Amino acid sequence: MTLDLLAVLVLLPVVGAVAHAFIPGRAERAHKIVALSLTTGIFILSLALVEGFQPVPGMQFEVSRNWMPALGIRYHVGIDGLSLWLIILTTFLTPIALLGSWSSIHSRVKAFQILMLLLEAGMLGVFVALDLFLFYIFWEAMLIPMYFLIGIWGHERRIYAAVKFFLYTMAGSALMLVAFIALYKTSSAHSFDILLLTQSPVAPSLQMWLFAAFALAFAIKVPMFPFHTWLPDAHVEAPTAGSVILAGVLLKMGGYGFLRLAFPLFPDAAHEFAPYIGALAVVGIVYGALVSLVQPNLKKLVAYSSVSHLGFVMLGIAAFNTTSVVGAVYQMLNHGISTGALFFCVGMLYDRRHTFAIAEYGGLKSVMPWFSSLFLLVCLSSLAVPGLNGFVGEFLIMLGSWSLSHSMVALASMGVVLAAGYVLWMVQRVLYGEVTHAVNRTLPDLSAREFAVLIPLVVLAIVMGVASPLFTRLIEPSVQSLVYETGTRMRKPSPPTRAAAAMVGGPVGERR
Amino acid sequence: MVAHSNHEPASSHDEGAPPAHAPAGHGTGHPHPPDAGFAGSPWIVLLAFILLFGAGGWLLRSFPDAVPFAVLLLPLLGFTVLALLGDAIRDQGEGAGACWLACGTVLTSFALAVATVYRVMQFPGGDTGLRFTQPYLGFEWIAAGSFRVQMSLLVDNLSSVMVLVVTGVGSLIHIYSVGYMSHDPDRVRYFSYLNLFTFFMLLLVLGGSLPLLFVGWEGVGLCSYLLIGFWFTKKSAADAGKKAFIVNRIGDVGLILGMILAFNLFGTLDLVDLVNNATSLTEESLWQLGPITTVCLLLFVGACGKSAQIPLHVWLPDAMEGPTPVSALIHAATMVTAGVYMVARLGALYSLSPTAMTVVAVIGTATAVLGATIALVQTDIKKVLAYSTVSQLGYMFLACGVGAFGVAVFHLFTHAFFKALLFLGSGSVIHALGGEQDMRKMGGLWRRIPVTFWTFVIDTLAIAGIPGLAGYFSKDAILGGALEAGRPVLFVVGLIVALLTAFYMTRAVILTFLGTYRGDAETGSHVHESPWVMLGPLVILAIGSAVGGYIDIPHFVEPAIRVGEGAHAAPHPVWLPIVASAAAIIGILVAYYLYLAFPEIPSRIYSSARGLARVLENKYGFDTLYDRIASRVIVGGSEDVLWRGVDVRLIDGAVNGVASVAAAVARSVRTVQVGLVRAYALVILGGAVAVLSYLLWRR
Repeated sequence: MTLDLLAVLVLLPVVGAVAHAFIPGRAERAHKIVALSLTTGIFILSLALVEGFQPVPGMQFEVSRNWMPALGIRYHVGIDGLSLWLIILTTFLTPIALLGSWSSIHSRVKAFQILMLLLEAGMLGVFVALDLFLFYIFWEAMLIPMYFLIGIWGHERRIYAAVKFFLYTMAGSALMLVAFIALYKTSSAHSFDILLLTQSPVAPSLQMWLFAAFALAFAIKVPMFPFHTWLPDAHVEAPTAGSVILAGVLLKMGGYGFLRLAFPLFPDAAHEFAPYIGALAVVGIVYGALVSLVQPNLKKLVAYSSVSHLGFVMLGIAAFNTTSVVGAVYQMLNHGISTGALFFCVGMLYDRRHTFAIAEYGGLKSVMPWFSSLFLLVCLSSLAVPGLNGFVGEFLIMLGSWSLSHSMVALASMGVVLAAGYVLWMVQRVLYGEVTHAVNRTLPDLSAREFAVLIPLVVLAIVMGVASPLFTRLIEPSVQSLVYETGTRMRKPSPPTRAAAAMVGGPVGERR
Repeated sequence: MVAHSNHEPASSHDEGAPPAHAPAGHGTGHPHPPDAGFAGSPWIVLLAFILLFGAGGWLLRSFPDAVPFAVLLLPLLGFTVLALLGDAIRDQGEGAGACWLACGTVLTSFALAVATVYRVMQFPGGDTGLRFTQPYLGFEWIAAGSFRVQMSLLVDNLSSVMVLVVTGVGSLIHIYSVGYMSHDPDRVRYFSYLNLFTFFMLLLVLGGSLPLLFVGWEGVGLCSYLLIGFWFTKKSAADAGKKAFIVNRIGDVGLILGMILAFNLFGTLDLVDLVNNATSLTEESLWQLGPITTVCLLLFVGACGKSAQIPLHVWLPDAMEGPTPVSALIHAATMVTAGVYMVARLGALYSLSPTAMTVVAVIGTATAVLGATIALVQTDIKKVLAYSTVSQLGYMFLACGVGAFGVAVFHLFTHAFFKALLFLGSGSVIHALGGEQDMRKMGGLWRRIPVTFWTFVIDTLAIAGIPGLAGYFSKDAILGGALEAGRPVLFVVGLIVALLTAFYMTRAVILTFLGTYRGDAETGSHVHESPWVMLGPLVILAIGSAVGGYIDIPHFVEPAIRVGEGAHAAPHPVWLPIVASAAAIIGILVAYYLYLAFPEIPSRIYSSARGLARVLENKYGFDTLYDRIASRVIVGGSEDVLWRGVDVRLIDGAVNGVASVAAAVARSVRTVQVGLVRAYALVILGGAVAVLSYLLWRR
């Protein structure tokens, strides 16, 4: 029997969390060191996945065992090109998030480390699960630690934000659960196994309802306009590590859910809905960017920019061809890196000044030159300057979505201009000008620990911007087969028609 | 706004010896920047030079195909070293060493570029005279589906000219900057940006495909942003940098969409393939918005952004907030001509669309008029040059639009010399006057700064189009091109612009150098000629401006553009040079009469034509209109309508409404004291369990 590497990866953080229970809470430093070394170890271990991954379609590192045969529930895990890099992103961001909050978490250090480890286990579980039941368990398991992270270590309005986060996502997952069960009941496969279910067709009329339920659950998670209002609150109130993981990984669950479940399970419904998803995505791109422009709060600004960036991801998914979906998956990774780094930067400012108000800063470039350089670089990656990671994803998405609708791509490109607007305006107000607040004159530049947090992200942003095939090489085969197989399972196998796109292109044009 | 003068910290130290600027160990007299530069680390810099040149020579012998990459990557290496070691070598002597290192990378790049161009031009050319090589770095930048971008360059007749301009003029401006920035405590950062800019500019002109060109395209925009806002503590500088980037981004979106459409049409974005494809396509008819026309117009939007054409020209005059050598390099000689380069590069495609050609020609001509007329009333010496640049760029697009792509590149080439020199000369004036840029406070400087004066005069004659100097040849060729293309209206307008150009440049010379000094005595007593590290580049550029026109650029680059060149075989009408020279001379004479012989007349004209002057001073109102759109419509609308309206009131209001109803229900039915969350969670969980059990039971 071969070693189930995926199970090891998912279980290690849980084991770690249990181990933490035996370390006395007073030994805060020990907790931090143990959690950091464990998650770093998990990251290194996860690189074995990249090492052993072949650029071919189909599941790899797959393990399937009976679990509850009476109900058709199996322990079935495996990864493909869609999930591989998202797993790496998770294992990569977790230790950095722990390091980033090394000195900003002062109370209940033990509980913080435990929850972060459980969160990691939940996230990894979602990405490896190939059984709906397993998927659902991990999905829920991941929400609870995040709820506590916001609720315990958050800022002033943390309870409100935590409740809002919880309600939104619970509403989504409740819908998803109902849809899971309905799918189980109606499918001829009588199984929760995702791969089996994708092989057994669902009646088109039922597809519409189930797709709608799935789509709603995932759209909240992404978040797509107009289900996004939980995000700014959750981000503003969450501690830095929470924001990083939330933006870096949790939001990706939405896009991942669309690609892993909603589209392949219900190809006909997906085909029908795609133009509408695309339209909402484009609205999200422009809307998120415009609202981001006027935020007086740094963290809210970054949060709304996420709405805009994830709009690109959803546009790429809606267009559903190889180029656009590769772009979408890549953009999910890029967003994890860039926005994660942005939240770290904002957190570093907060650690120094205990405020997110942009007006409280200004002229920091004279005081914190290294921070300013790295912050600017991260901002440039976020606004998709070519040569850095963001551009590759956005360009592939726009290139691929051209077949969905010309007008959607044209409108999405407005997001590119607005991104320059909100990012550079913020940069100007934070970094440039004279130092207007006397307190800011003595702010220390980055510490060695903070360098250690930002440098890996920045290096990755450059590498992913210059040598994207290193990553897309492993993504593309799975995407290709996903697009192809989904197309062949459609009742009327044709790519999204111009007519459908034009039909929706109209309303979008009017909405502006 | 117009009279707003920018105080440049760089040159404020020569006067009155402020204590902070006199570094220990250099005495209190006039610090001589080059000496100061070598004082700290002459050996290290010398060693670095020898190493750079040695490595270049070895590369040339052993791997000639890798040399274009060395040309490209050397400035990037310089940037990396300076960016990482910036802090370590910030003190005076070492800092200057770092500056020379930056110069060294670009100079080496130039030397290697000369060697490469020489090598490529030895290739046996076809009957067209096209010689090219496409070195490939061996890996792909993007690869997804059928879309693949390889890391490959294109060295041919056209990019050769561009590379030589970028590295040649770039080297001179790097060297000039050593003197100009010698007192700036942040000059290591300055030189690192300058090196990074050179890298991106080289990528722009050497990139073998549109996406690679676009990397350079946005990269130079980024460096422009960083350098315009170099003195970031000044709000106007930071504002100008941001404005430049955002306006450029609007253009870039046109370029992105153009690339996407082009890829969907042609299946390739490789420059050679695009041009080859174009030769087999059929021409679209006038005013038909066919696919080729759409591609060309979208790409032209990008060109408008980068090359400051109406309606995206507004950023360039503001960009003068940057250090003056930056204005010379980025906003005159190289970056702003990128749009002209791109249109010329795709000339074969553009000439298939009469619509796009007409649009290019008309926008170019209109911009030429706009720039030249606004320049008439500017009082800031750099603003005159900025609007002059806008106007000359319009001239280049006029050339493109009438199908004379080679001539456009010719004017780009000569303009690089004379406009870089004008900016550097104005920098020397500003340096001499301790940061003064207002021409109303200058005058009579010619005896005090003779080298600056004479080079400036040669240049003014060159840009005015006096026979024998560089501008004469290229301007003549453009006017001739307009005639041959059957566009007499554009020809006449072009001629008027030529007259205006001669007029406003002569006015600038007179106000700056002739007459009597009008500034305050304190500043006047300190006027001094710049050090030779600054004057050297001036003299070299002046020679270029004088003789650059004798190089037959059009015939050299036309094989790369591959547009049917029958048009230029016919000689221009005999009267054309006479008329063009007459326009230049009339412009100069009128300026002489108005500003030197009868200096009271201009103010009389001004007061009698107040309305017209107001329009010109307001720059035709573009800035006001754009500011209003940006602040009222976009920012105001986003804040009041979208954020506070849709987000907070509509969506959150609805959600909170539902929640409060639910809470009310929960309160009325509660039996135990529970927190809100747990209540909701319980309700949801209960519902889910109920559905689950029902479904399982029914089975």
